[in-house]
Amino acid sequence: MGRQPRRALGRIDHKAVRTSTAALMARLGVELDPDRPARGLSIADQQIVEIAKALSFDARVLIMDEPTAALTGSETARLFSVVETLRAEGAAVLFISHRLEEIFELCQRVTTLRDGRWVASEPLSGLTQDALVRRMVGRDLAELYPKQDSRVGETALSVRRLTREGVFRDVSFEVRRGEIVALAGLVGAGRTEVAQAVFGVDRADAGEVRVGGAVLRPGSPTAAMDAGLALVPEDRRQRGLVMEMSIERNIGLTGLDRLGRAGLVRRALERGRAADWAVRLQLKYGSLADHVGVLSGGNQQKVVLAKWLATEPTVLIVDEPTRGIDVGTKAEVHRLLSSLAADGLAVLMVSSDLPEVLGMADRVLVMHEGRLVAEIPRAEATEESVMAAATGLAAATGPTGDDGATGVTGVTAEGTRT
Amino acid sequence: MSVTIEKPDKSAAAPETARSARSLVDAVFRAREISIAGALALLVLFTWIAEPRFLDGQGIKDLLLNAAILVLLAVGQSVVVITRNIDLSVGSVVGLSAFACGKFVSGTDHGVLTVLALGLLVGAGCGIVSGALVSFGRVPALVVTLGMLYIIQGVDYWWAQGEQINAADVPQSVLDLGSGSVLGIPYLPLIAFVVLAGTAYVLRTYRGGRELYAIGSSPEAARLAGVPIRRRVLAAYLFSGAVSGFAGALWLARFGTVVADNAHGWELTVVSAVVVGGVAIVGGTGTVWGAALGALLLTTIGSALAVLKVDSFWQDAIAGALLLAAISVDRIVRVRMTRALRKRSAR
Repeated sequence: MGRQPRRALGRIDHKAVRTSTAALMARLGVELDPDRPARGLSIADQQIVEIAKALSFDARVLIMDEPTAALTGSETARLFSVVETLRAEGAAVLFISHRLEEIFELCQRVTTLRDGRWVASEPLSGLTQDALVRRMVGRDLAELYPKQDSRVGETALSVRRLTREGVFRDVSFEVRRGEIVALAGLVGAGRTEVAQAVFGVDRADAGEVRVGGAVLRPGSPTAAMDAGLALVPEDRRQRGLVMEMSIERNIGLTGLDRLGRAGLVRRALERGRAADWAVRLQLKYGSLADHVGVLSGGNQQKVVLAKWLATEPTVLIVDEPTRGIDVGTKAEVHRLLSSLAADGLAVLMVSSDLPEVLGMADRVLVMHEGRLVAEIPRAEATEESVMAAATGLAAATGPTGDDGATGVTGVTAEGTRT
Repeated sequence: MSVTIEKPDKSAAAPETARSARSLVDAVFRAREISIAGALALLVLFTWIAEPRFLDGQGIKDLLLNAAILVLLAVGQSVVVITRNIDLSVGSVVGLSAFACGKFVSGTDHGVLTVLALGLLVGAGCGIVSGALVSFGRVPALVVTLGMLYIIQGVDYWWAQGEQINAADVPQSVLDLGSGSVLGIPYLPLIAFVVLAGTAYVLRTYRGGRELYAIGSSPEAARLAGVPIRRRVLAAYLFSGAVSGFAGALWLARFGTVVADNAHGWELTVVSAVVVGGVAIVGGTGTVWGAALGALLLTTIGSALAVLKVDSFWQDAIAGALLLAAISVDRIVRVRMTRALRKRSAR
């Protein structure tokens, strides 16, 4: 874009564009038709196109901000070999990532930031993952997944043979009160889509959803809310928050009918409710009347949580609850989910963050290509068993480790981000 | 996620930060209203000095009378624009409603309330068609209301057949509404003000109003939060249509003489007034107060140019320049404000 090869009279040399694009794709080791519009490509492929665009500059300094977030393991490996080539050619690469494994695999030196402040710059050799995590978090990792034991009660959410043609099929599961159930799987396995269909954002083609025993009217978020469901969506900025509204109004939006009678919104009530939740969730803010847009990602996520918890749900669906938020806030969100479950809330957690899945879930449901392929109890959930099911290798559970969940130090094994 | 590093503001203590951040937001949002009011004051002052008659009793009265209908339309339009939609049919709705009311009352002695109710109904009928197509039919608002503009205009022409309603045929009670006044203030601006204040109150303090803003700002988030989007958008169009129809009845009362293409081309003036008044064309922000000020400003520019004997085509050019300026200023202010707020909220 903006750098097309030109021929006489300023015409774009389409042939040269095509060949150079094809060459770039070959360099990245991917097969993409250069003529395809970028829309409609998978997120991973779009990412590849973005990287190819960056490479086409023959960059001397390449800054990559979470480039692997949407890539699978093999795509990541391919990207890394390209980056290595660039490095060998003398380019400097700034690689921004929260995946420690990748950092150790690719980088020579590391600079750590925490809460917007510089913490340390040092060579990676001689540094352990634990030490690096301590710099990032400012405390030990064991606190990152503070899973409390809770008593599991009656079934709160029951999904039976839910199907959306071409997206997912015959998905059945239950979530009981006091339980955190993780929904794991690879990019495009259909996890978010299942969550959306359960909440009624998308309409399922077949199957039923029951909340507390009563069948839920499909295709209606309003009905889902009335039944006691809450959905913290994956895309915070697009779907979680009204970015132009203040913190208090965002929190109030889900419960406007409780904030006054006959359609009237009593602002004092609204502010009071927002203030309560801000304290409960330790929200860091200037004023409740500030736009949510000025908050950090972690604090925005807390606002979304507050907004939904304020509806006093019996079932909370969280989609990637800690994506893109700093490690400290991540631990707070985990502590919150854990204590909510201990208080009897049923939590369905869609997550691509494997340590989070292993650290927080009582049971792990694994999806593969639109089907629920495995249900793994906490005691048997390991990175291997979950990944084996997620990649469709086997529904069998992997080697049964001891409760290898709390205090996991590794970070996501495979690229499993949506 | 991109990482942005801001230097924390160490000097301000926490509570003070809170207050200053809030007042900053408030200030920015009030800034639009204040700057328009300021521009308006300057314009009036300048014109008054050049031509003192501009501000004598009759001058003010004329100004208010001229602005009243545009203010009404701007209020209706704002409600639609806030939901990230647009209603281009308002001009033709005014025309149709004025003609329908005129046809209905000419030669009869129907009361003024009947006429107003009729105008309201005609407008509401048009609004509900547009609204249903936009909200339930999911046709883009621009297309729907542009289509409605031409259809309503066509119906109006066909019905009128070049005929014209004369003031002589309109009952005196109706004409009195257009020319009468209470305590020296003409009825029309009073009515416009009441509608304006009522709408502003509902938008601010009622659930429906809050939800309109949410829809315009982030439809996805609104839907997820259980906002009945289609119903609200339909209601916005219904309101805009009803207000336009009402304005049509007032048009009849004001001028008495009505032809088929009354208010022809007004839709764009109304949209300009709304945007100049600070209602973002992409929805979600702005107030009807601002929109009303925008309408008042545009009307005043017109009157001032007429008084100063400047060619009337300059009026359109100035309105256009104002529109562009308003949109650019919005953009800059928003970027600046976000930046400033982020600095302040950094711990």
